[in-house]
Formats: sequence, C-alpha cells, structure tokens
Amino acid sequence: MLETMDQSPTQSASSSTTMSDQPEPRADFLKVVDFNFHYGKKQALYQVNMEIPERQVTAFIGPSGCGKSTLLRNFNRMNELIDGIHHEGDILLNGRSIYDKKIEVIALRRSIGMVFQKSNPFPKSIYENIVYSLRIAGVKSKSILDEAVERSLRGAALWEEAKDRLHDSALGLSGGQMQRLCIARAIANQPDVLLMDEPCSALDPIATAKVEDLIHELKRQFTIVIVTHNMQQATRCSDKTAFFYLGKLIEFDETQKIFSNPGEKQTEDYITGRFG
Amino acid sequence: MTTSTATPSDFLSKASAGGSLRRSLGNKVLNCICVGLAFLTLIPLFSIVFLVLKNGLPLLTWDALTQLPPAPGNKGGGFGNAIVGTALMVGLALILATPFGILSAIYINEYAPAARLSNAVRFVAKLLTGIPSIISGVFAYAVVVLATGGFSAWAGGFALAILVLPTILLTAEQALLGVPKAFREASYGLGATNFQTIWRIVLPDALPAMMTGVMLAVARAAGETAPLLFTALFSQYWIQSLKEPTASLSVLIYNFSTTFDDHQKQMAWTASLVLVILVTLANVSAQVVFRKK
Amino acid sequence: METTTLQQGGIKEFRKGPDFFRVLCWVASAATVATLAWILIEITKEAWPAIKAFGFDFITSEKWLPNREKFGVLPFIIGTATSSFIALIFALPLGLAVAIFLSEDFLPLPVRQAVRFTVEMLAAIPSVVYGLWGIFVIIPMVQQFGAWAVTAFKDTPVLNVLFAGPAYGNSLLTASLVLALMILPTITAISRNALVAVPGTLREGAYALGSTRWEAIFGVILPTAAPGIVAATILALGRAMGETMAIAMLIGNSSRLSGSLLAPAGTLAGLLANQFGEAEGLQVSSLMFAALLLVIMTLFVNMAGEAVLRYTQKQTAGIR
Repeated sequence: MLETMDQSPTQSASSSTTMSDQPEPRADFLKVVDFNFHYGKKQALYQVNMEIPERQVTAFIGPSGCGKSTLLRNFNRMNELIDGIHHEGDILLNGRSIYDKKIEVIALRRSIGMVFQKSNPFPKSIYENIVYSLRIAGVKSKSILDEAVERSLRGAALWEEAKDRLHDSALGLSGGQMQRLCIARAIANQPDVLLMDEPCSALDPIATAKVEDLIHELKRQFTIVIVTHNMQQATRCSDKTAFFYLGKLIEFDETQKIFSNPGEKQTEDYITGRFG
Repeated sequence: MTTSTATPSDFLSKASAGGSLRRSLGNKVLNCICVGLAFLTLIPLFSIVFLVLKNGLPLLTWDALTQLPPAPGNKGGGFGNAIVGTALMVGLALILATPFGILSAIYINEYAPAARLSNAVRFVAKLLTGIPSIISGVFAYAVVVLATGGFSAWAGGFALAILVLPTILLTAEQALLGVPKAFREASYGLGATNFQTIWRIVLPDALPAMMTGVMLAVARAAGETAPLLFTALFSQYWIQSLKEPTASLSVLIYNFSTTFDDHQKQMAWTASLVLVILVTLANVSAQVVFRKK
Repeated sequence: METTTLQQGGIKEFRKGPDFFRVLCWVASAATVATLAWILIEITKEAWPAIKAFGFDFITSEKWLPNREKFGVLPFIIGTATSSFIALIFALPLGLAVAIFLSEDFLPLPVRQAVRFTVEMLAAIPSVVYGLWGIFVIIPMVQQFGAWAVTAFKDTPVLNVLFAGPAYGNSLLTASLVLALMILPTITAISRNALVAVPGTLREGAYALGSTRWEAIFGVILPTAAPGIVAATILALGRAMGETMAIAMLIGNSSRLSGSLLAPAGTLAGLLANQFGEAEGLQVSSLMFAALLLVIMTLFVNMAGEAVLRYTQKQTAGIR
C-alpha cells in the first residue's frame, strides 16, 4: 500500500508527510475491545470486538437501531455530548486508548473527521467553512489556510466547481455539493480517520455516485468507516463490512465474503432481505 | 339532510338535532357578535392615537424638542432635557442589563442546560417579568438612592435595568434555541471547544434575534414612569451629570397631566406623541430585525 | 504520539486551558438569580420597622394616617383586588372574542393581521399615556354615567350601594375600565396561542361530524384551549395587580373604604407612586411593607399563571 501521493500539486513536503514515509498500514488501526455502551439505563452495544484496518473502507451495516451509528459516534466520542451515557471496554486509535486521561477529547476530535447524514455547513463562506478546523487550532497564516482550502476541495472533488466562489455562502451550493463541502471540511486538517454516518442518504443518485467515487480516492489517505443502510453501497465502496444486529457485532469480514458467502445465518437473512 | 350516527359530545348531538336553519342562523349571529366585539376593542386604540395626534401635533415644534420645560403660567418651552434624559437612562439600563442577560442565556443554553442553576435562572427570569414596575423603583431607591445619598440618573438607569433584564435574557435564550443543532454538532465534530463553538458559530447566528430583545427592552424602558419617580425624580434643567436628578419623557407627561396649567397639559400630549413615536419605532425595528433572520 | 496540526499520524496536540468565558457566564447567571433574592431581602429590610410595629394588623387595618403614624393597607389591598377583578370582567370576554376572531377565518388574513397589529400596538402604549387619555376621555364618560346611575339605581338593592353617589370622575370604575384595556392584549395573545395550538385533527373531527363553526368552537376548541385561556387570565390578573401609573392618575388615591364603584379608591401600587416621594420615617417603612405585600401577591399570581401555562403546553403536545 506504499503508493506515492499524487493528490495535490500544491502540497509542500515540509507541511505534511508523504506516503513513502509512512509505515506499513496497521490491521488494527481502530481497535474496539470488549466495548459495551449505555444510554442511561438502556444498553446499545454489547461486547463489541473488532479491528478496523488502516487506509481501507470499512462499512457498518444492519437494520435501524442496531447500534452501528452509536459505535461510529464513539470513535470520536461525540456521544459524550449526550447526558447520562457510559461505557465499558476500550477503543484504541493507532495503539492508543481514546479514553486515555492524558488526551483531551478536543484533541481526539481534531484527529478524526466526521461527515453527517444531513450536510451541515456553517452559514459562512465556502472558504471559512473549510478553514474552520484550522482556525480553531490556531493557524493564522493565510498561505497555509489557502493551501488547505485547495487541497481539501481537490480531495473532495469540489475544487473545479468551487474555486471561483470560495467566498460565497456555502448555503448556495446544491445538496450534493454541500455534502462534498462537508467532506472537504472534515479532511482539512489532515485527520487519520474519516467517519461517515449515512453520508448519501439525503442525496440523489448522481450526487451519491460522486461521493462514492470520492470514497475510493479518499481511502488512499484516510481510514474510512462508513455507516450505510444501502447494501449495494457497501458492496460498491467498502473493503470490509461489519454486520450489526440489536447492539451486537454479528459478523465482520471481507465485503466480498459477507455478501456472497456469509458465515452467520442472521447476516444471510439480512442481506437477502428477510428482515430490514 | 342525513344525520350522523356518531355523536361524541352532548353539545354536538343537541345541536345537530336542532334543525339546520336555526343552527346556521345562530352561527351567523355569533359571527357578527365576535367580529363586532373584535372591532369594538379597536375603538379605544384609535381614540388614543387620534387624540395624541390631535392634541399633540399643534405644539410639536423644533422648540418643543429642544427647549426646557415651561414653568406654570408660561407659554413656549419644550421637553428637550426630558428626551435626553430618557435616552441616557435607557442607554444606562441597556449597558447594565444586556451583558447579564446575554451571558446568562449563554450559560443556561450552551454550557449547562440541565443544571440546577440554569433551571433557577429560567424560573427567576419568568418571575422577574411579572414584577410591578413600581417595585423596581422602590428597590433602586433602597439600593442606589439611599446608598449614594441622592437621586440620580444612575438610580433611574438601574431601576430600568432590573425591569428589562428578564426580557433581554428570555429573548436571548430563544435566539440561542433557534440556532440549528446541526451547526453545533459540526463544530464539536471538528474538535472545537465550547467557547470556540459559542463564539464563532452560535453567537453570530443568534445575534439578530438577540437584538430583537434589546430593541423590545428599549421600547419598554423608554415608556416606563414608575421606576423613575423616586430614583431619577425630575429636573427642569439640562443634565450636567449622571449623579443628579434627571428629567424623562414619561415623568414629564405624568407631571404635566396632573397640573392645572392648560399649556402644560397640552405639552403633555405633545410629549406623549413623541414618546409613542419612539416606542413604536423601537417595536417596529425589533420586528423588522427579527423577520430578516 | 502527539503531532501538530496538518499532519496525519496519531492524535493531535491540544492543551486545555480554563474556560474563562464559562466562568463569566456562570457569574451572570448567579447574579440574575441573586437579583430576585436581593429585591426581596432589601425590601424586607427596609420594611422591618413597620413589620415590627404593626405586624399582621398592617393587613387588616383600614387606617392610613401619616400624621399619627398609624398605617394599615386593607383599603389598598381591596382596591388592588377589586380593580383587577373588574378589569378582568371586561377584558376577558372582549379579549377572548378578539382571540377567537384571530384564530378563525371570519374575515380575510389581511384584516386579521391588521387587528393583530392593532392589539400589539395597544400593548406598546406606555402606561402614563393611558393615564393621560383616561383623564380626558374616560373620566368625563364615567362622570356622566355615574350621575345617571346614582339617580337610576337609587332604590334598587345592591346596585344602590355599588353606584352610590357622589359620582366622582377619579374613581374605581374609571381606573378599572382603563386597566381592562391595558390587560386586554395579554389575554388576547395568550388565548390566541392556546386556540391556535388546538390540533387541526380535533377541528377536522368536529366539522366532519357536521357541526357548524360555532358548535365546533364551543364544543371542542374552547374546551381544549381552556387551560391556556385560564393561564392567560391569571397572567393578566398579575399584570393588573402591578399596574401603577394609569391607576395612580385615575383612581383618586383615597385611603377610605367604600362600597361604591363611583368613589375614589386606592391600590398598593398607586399608594407607592403617590406617597413614596415625600414620605419620611415610619411612613417609608410602611410603604416598603406595602411594596413587600405587592411583590408577594404578584409573585404568587405569576407563578400560578406560569404553572398553568406549562401544564397546557404539555397537554397539547400530548394530543399530537
């Protein structure tokens, strides 16, 4: 997986690491260990164990309420915005527990990007939306900000469409463009992981196709975890797939295998549509 | 006419047994009564506006806006110092109340929505809206006038601040609630702190609606009399310092309404006209700003 | 494994500092809550000499005699209560009629918007302007009516007490009428909200069963909105009790109890407005005592109104 990066021509060698410097991708880049999660008295996840490989796309599938979004939102501890939650077990990012007391939640979230089901750009310009994560990290230099904007927009396949309207309001974009803007915003300060929570569910087929193409490109640089209701999307986009049901991880394997020859009967029932 | 078989309430079943002609006639009568009563309530308003214009316009001259109040028996004069006094004390009230109102709203909505202090703030704010305006005057008297030994614009401004604080706070809270949750989620997801999210995303979006609260506060404070009666008292002269008794439009209207001097009584109408115009402007701009959002 | 911004490879660096802004906001919140407590404490403090001197008798005594240093506020409590209730008797039907008018479509939308705007304007007019208008318009009207009523009801039981002469202009009736006008917007606004909040499904159900508009209003809509209308009434009562300037200018400010609507009367708020400026010594604390009573009364009424309002909001949310 040691390809050379040919993404952004303006990427300067000093400000970011190139692919050739990076070590072998870990098979357990995101590791979930004996993870239980509770919303108050209600348990949502039961003893989840999984290892998500680096720089591949992992899809979470399963019927509504099975816990896939809940687990996703634990990776960047977004669930902590809700009162009354607690967990047992651990989640490790690149070998380090995300619940380590020495790490600030803020730091974690800056290392993980998230794209939501319904695109939520700020009521600001396209430019300001993307540099937001840099500004809050204290970056002031205009050249760094400009470079980040171009790099992120190119990475989200939005540069050509947006380069002449960088300072126009983000709310003037179409639905598909807004979601790609949110992707650009999420990758602006070079996170390691990109979490996507049903990113195409509010998009039309053409916009969906554009985002799916994007995912193929993005996985060269980011570890991607995508929650999806659409099984065809999982087959199109992901390398590995995890099937959840009622808060338990039922099966986790290569996407090919899950959809052609699943090991568990529940998985087979779900993908053949016996329940949804 | 088919009768319905299911009649859940006695009233409805009695009515439908009645005969459709009588029912539609009764309906029309009630319509007329209702519309009539609604328009009846408009009559007093038209009367007030009409009289304020009719009695107030004649004396509405540049002099009236720029001169000092006439003594009994004199003609001419104006209420320039009262306009200045009202503006000053409303300004003082805003300076005192706005920070407390907005910062409190931020605390109860962004930092600790479920905390006991936040619930207490909401409860107290609603109670404070019901405090009679005279009480804020009495309170300001006890706290400022007695402490500083004299009547002053500060005391008046303080009394008005107590009065408008709940309005500013509750409107600011509504403004913050109106900011879509999605914005906050996106901000926190990108790793922003509470302060960054509030300062960069939430406040800018909520600001127009918060200004509505401030404008409503201006309208309310400008029209109040009771809080100023024994805090700022009144003055016949131009204001020299905020530590002296200060004139205000509302107190002037009160004083002039209850004299025997005809000229002063007519001045009261003119001052009322100016006050009503100011208050209406403030209310309308609050609506306009709110609709812009 | 911390790295700086704009680089991949582990968890980024972030050193957390204290959130000063949060502390500031907390202070503001605490100060807001403390304000109410401060108001109560301060007024009680100033009222203490009078509380010690008169105790409960303050509330039951009729005598307000500054010269002899004897103070009792019964006439003013009764004046506050009666003026508020009379105002409600006039304002409730009218306010409700306007609220119904605004929530149904008897007339096209622009007309309703104009009426709504007018009612909002009524709410915006300062109290002192109401007082001025009342002096010029209502006082002569009441004087004329009073002169007629005194002779007309001279021999009718009950009415001859209510309308006993002489007929003053500055009287309980005058103040109550203007007060009704001032609390009307409150009743209209809150009642209208309650009526509009009645779920469309209930209205449709009533019409589907063949009821006329007014049958639907009386049979279904008003009963459903009733708690909200009750809340409106209670909150309007609270406003009426606290109203000062218009009352002070119209009620005559008498400390004598009388059964007649046409006689001057006094309210707690009016008492304060009139006498505070020139009071000294024990009179000041007595006025503070009166203020304390007024605060407690209005606080209770407003708490009750808010409680009913919260109850109604829960109710309509449940129906949906």
